[in-house]
Amino acid sequence: MQTDESGDRDDLQGLVEAARDGSRTAFDELVRRTYVDTYTLAVRLTGNEEDARDVVQEVYLRAWKGLQRFRGDAQFSTWMYRITANTSYTHMQKRRRQRTTNIDDIEEPTEIRLEASPDAMAESAAGRAELAEAVQRLPETLRQIVILKDVYGLPHEAIAEELGISVAAAKVRLHRGRKKLRDLLDDGEVKAHAV
Amino acid sequence: MQCDEVALLIPSSLDDDQPVPLPVQTHVESCLRCQAELARYKRMLRGLQLLRTQLLEPAPGLLGLTLSAIGDASEQHAIRSLLNKRKVAYVGAISGAVAAAGAAAAIIAVQRSRRRAAAALATT
Repeated sequence: MQTDESGDRDDLQGLVEAARDGSRTAFDELVRRTYVDTYTLAVRLTGNEEDARDVVQEVYLRAWKGLQRFRGDAQFSTWMYRITANTSYTHMQKRRRQRTTNIDDIEEPTEIRLEASPDAMAESAAGRAELAEAVQRLPETLRQIVILKDVYGLPHEAIAEELGISVAAAKVRLHRGRKKLRDLLDDGEVKAHAV
Repeated sequence: MQCDEVALLIPSSLDDDQPVPLPVQTHVESCLRCQAELARYKRMLRGLQLLRTQLLEPAPGLLGLTLSAIGDASEQHAIRSLLNKRKVAYVGAISGAVAAAGAAAAIIAVQRSRRRAAAALATT
């Protein structure tokens, strides 16, 4: 999905149109070009690779079945992000029903040690890795919103629709998510200095 | 406005579509502590935006699995639509046969009743 933003958007659009006309070859090529990006988003939303793999397959099945409904007024990447968000959300809901333990409890941070301060997060690759780790430590409901809004740039309305919540709730969660992330980074900084 | 109150509002004031309340703006302009806090949030957001360009490499085989899942779904869809078409054809054929039999029965009934009427007229 990154590719359509870096120059060959027309090429991707051509593939979308061909796939919409029923070409499996064109759709397979679309999958080849976008599945790494879809997988990355799925890992970030679900928090683990196993679930992400299931989500990726489901996303492309939904995309294949629903391609006729893609009007092309949004970017194909944005459409795929929305399907991935919705699929991850429903997948994790199913997962939660299957488990007796609370997934949020499992993912609660045990200890975060940051080598860089929050100020330096954006400046180095290592800092970004620390930031990515801190994002994964967010509770699931907050993490989804922070990722979809602040990493992938989806509008509040789209996020609310895909996660089945109100726009107001999406905004509140984003506020809490950013605050929590900031606290996690600060907390890590304190621990790192204490070591 | 106090720094603590402003700090609570900063996370929501980072979006372009959200207008920053004037009291917050005024406070931040004159408060170094809150300016630093806002700058840290903005750096965090820049870092988050950069995460989009960091792709995670899936385990080998995911592409093949995904493509074959789509292939299976397409086959099932094709079989289902073929069966549906056949079903429509069978239903059409059966309804046609029933309609033809009904029409034939009606014609026979009419002919019989005419014959009976003619026979009755002949005897009188």
